[in-house]
Amino acid sequence: MTGALSNEPLWYQLLIAVIKASVLMGALLGVTGWLVLAERKIIAWLQGRPGPNRAGPMGLFQPVADVLKLLTKEESIPPFVNKILFIAAPAIITITAMVSYAIIPWGPNPVWGAISNLNLGVLLFLALSSLGVYSIVLAGWSSNSKYAVLGGLRATAQMISYELSLSMALLAAVMMAGTLNFQLIVEAQRPFWFILLQPLGFFIFFVSAIAESRRTPFDLPEAENELVAGFHTEYSAMKFALFFLGEYMGVILLSGIMATVYLGGYQGPILPGPVWMILKIAVLFFVFVWIRATYPRFRYDHLMQIGWKWLIPLAVLNLIITAVLCLTFPNLVPNAIH
Amino acid sequence: MTSDTSYLKADEMLLNMGPQHPSTHGVLRVVIRTDGEIIRHATPHIGYLHRCKEKIAETMTYPQYIPYTDRMDYLAAMSNNFAFCWAVEKLGGIATTERAEYIRVIVNELQRIASHLVAFGTYGLDMGAFTPFLYSFRERESIIDIFERLCGARLTYSYGRIGGLMRDLDEKSIDMTRRFVDDFDTKWDEYNDLLSNNEIFIKRTANVGVLPADVAIAYGCTGPMLRGSGVKHDLRKDDPYSIYDRFEFDVPVGEGKMGTVGDCWDRYWVRMAEMKESSRIIRQALDALPEGPYLNQKVGRIIKPAYGEIYFRAENPRGELGFYIVSVGEKKPYRCSVRAPSFCNLSVLTEMSHDTLIADMVAIIGSIDIVLGEVDR
Repeated sequence: MTGALSNEPLWYQLLIAVIKASVLMGALLGVTGWLVLAERKIIAWLQGRPGPNRAGPMGLFQPVADVLKLLTKEESIPPFVNKILFIAAPAIITITAMVSYAIIPWGPNPVWGAISNLNLGVLLFLALSSLGVYSIVLAGWSSNSKYAVLGGLRATAQMISYELSLSMALLAAVMMAGTLNFQLIVEAQRPFWFILLQPLGFFIFFVSAIAESRRTPFDLPEAENELVAGFHTEYSAMKFALFFLGEYMGVILLSGIMATVYLGGYQGPILPGPVWMILKIAVLFFVFVWIRATYPRFRYDHLMQIGWKWLIPLAVLNLIITAVLCLTFPNLVPNAIH
Repeated sequence: MTSDTSYLKADEMLLNMGPQHPSTHGVLRVVIRTDGEIIRHATPHIGYLHRCKEKIAETMTYPQYIPYTDRMDYLAAMSNNFAFCWAVEKLGGIATTERAEYIRVIVNELQRIASHLVAFGTYGLDMGAFTPFLYSFRERESIIDIFERLCGARLTYSYGRIGGLMRDLDEKSIDMTRRFVDDFDTKWDEYNDLLSNNEIFIKRTANVGVLPADVAIAYGCTGPMLRGSGVKHDLRKDDPYSIYDRFEFDVPVGEGKMGTVGDCWDRYWVRMAEMKESSRIIRQALDALPEGPYLNQKVGRIIKPAYGEIYFRAENPRGELGFYIVSVGEKKPYRCSVRAPSFCNLSVLTEMSHDTLIADMVAIIGSIDIVLGEVDR
């Protein structure tokens, strides 16, 4: 909490934070189930089949049925696992994904725009997404099963590699905006959205984001055709659901960050800020699903090659171009670090 | 693998892939010794689906055995039926009718397309692409609808009869077949846009699991496996049976278009190209389909071929299916042995999977296109 409320009493600050957090979390947890349904419906549409259509009209109650099933299923913890880490792993991924939402700005208001209008928002996002890797690693390792270990190893290598290019792409945008505060990054896009100034950066971020959220064509950690279910082979019931939840929240989070940093965030004509945000996230989410329905999966070594031989050099190049651009055209990006 | 990792001393891991594994296409168990992601050795273990098919044949009359052939290669049940019928007809010197032979060819080629569609779809699935699977099953559905009209069954048809067929191909079925063949060409192009020419797919399959022609021949590989390695060998051309010599079609072989001759992409492409050739044969056969009876009525229920033995081989979707039948003049065969193409093709797995990655293993098994029902019999 910074700026606008720092003169208010502590209880008032806390109250506002709790209200904002509960609204967002409530909306998010409620929406995730229907996002899964949306994804299944979109994929079904792309594949020429009806998709889930039994529970409720047009399958609209499918998420309710899914959640009830997952909640009432027997929790099984295999005897050979490391119990503490096995239970902690799914919690970590969900918590890091949830906490990250605190920094996404939904409107221009400094108090109500975001849960936490943090000056170091970009850094917090990167830190939390790095923490999220632990969840996968620990899940794979603590499961003490061969496929899970392989999945965990793959995930570690993949997420660490792609986080580099992800953060470097983000860094270029930060250079242009001259701030680590997401709300100010959005404000810096008043003249131009950063996707116009940073097309390469957006591309790198997008590819890295798919890899970061472990979705096709980068879903190697859970590649069901090779590793059965990868790192969550041994998980069931609600613990499995938490992984699922974490994955989807991660996708929306990354879409949100992309919308914020490259697509002008909550800016847009006529409609209010949050609506624009939701629309932009929806479009990006659709692209995620579209890619999933179209592409086969990469092989492990190709994935590493793309990460280290293409994306990271490109990200460095993008940084250099951005630096030159900021210095030669100071009027184009007035907020840039000079 | 280009990088040399031999200096790293790490423990090897024994991984049991199967019998319940999503991409072993049935109940195949492969024991692999891995070094991280690299496979050092792979041993296929089979026999989980063994049902004594060959022994059962000795207790059955010839027509009674036809349904059992369905359940060997259950993705190409029609081809199995006909291969067995042709074998018995050759053994007993039984004549079939002209119309029956034409219908057999049409149905056989439809079955080849259906079988290759499954191979194509599941191969996409193995590679993590979900959509081609549903597209291919959509087209397979229309073939199965035709078969359902013919014999009432959708998977195990038992449509062949010794001396002919179970039922005639009616006008409506001919219509459906024509419509399917016309429709199929555009669909085929769609498949290539979606999967065959996809950069990721090519990277996954080109130069992976290379099977040189001499190794393929040494292991007795047949069908798309052998042709993928660049050997132009197709029994429909080289040892023509039935009326296959009357049709014009090409035999596609692997050319190493995306990588090396005999890699997974070549085998995949041979299947894709064969579907096209099959639809060519179907068109010609439909145009030349003669009128007449569909069954040689002189053939009774009890067939007693004279003393003798026969080895009949037919080009099935998966390769050379051979029936070796010994008759001692009884109504039951004295011995019936089956040369299953999937079994021979699978035997080369160990050879192909040395020092590949786990993901390649899936690509290689998928490109062999095995049906475990046939491997184990």
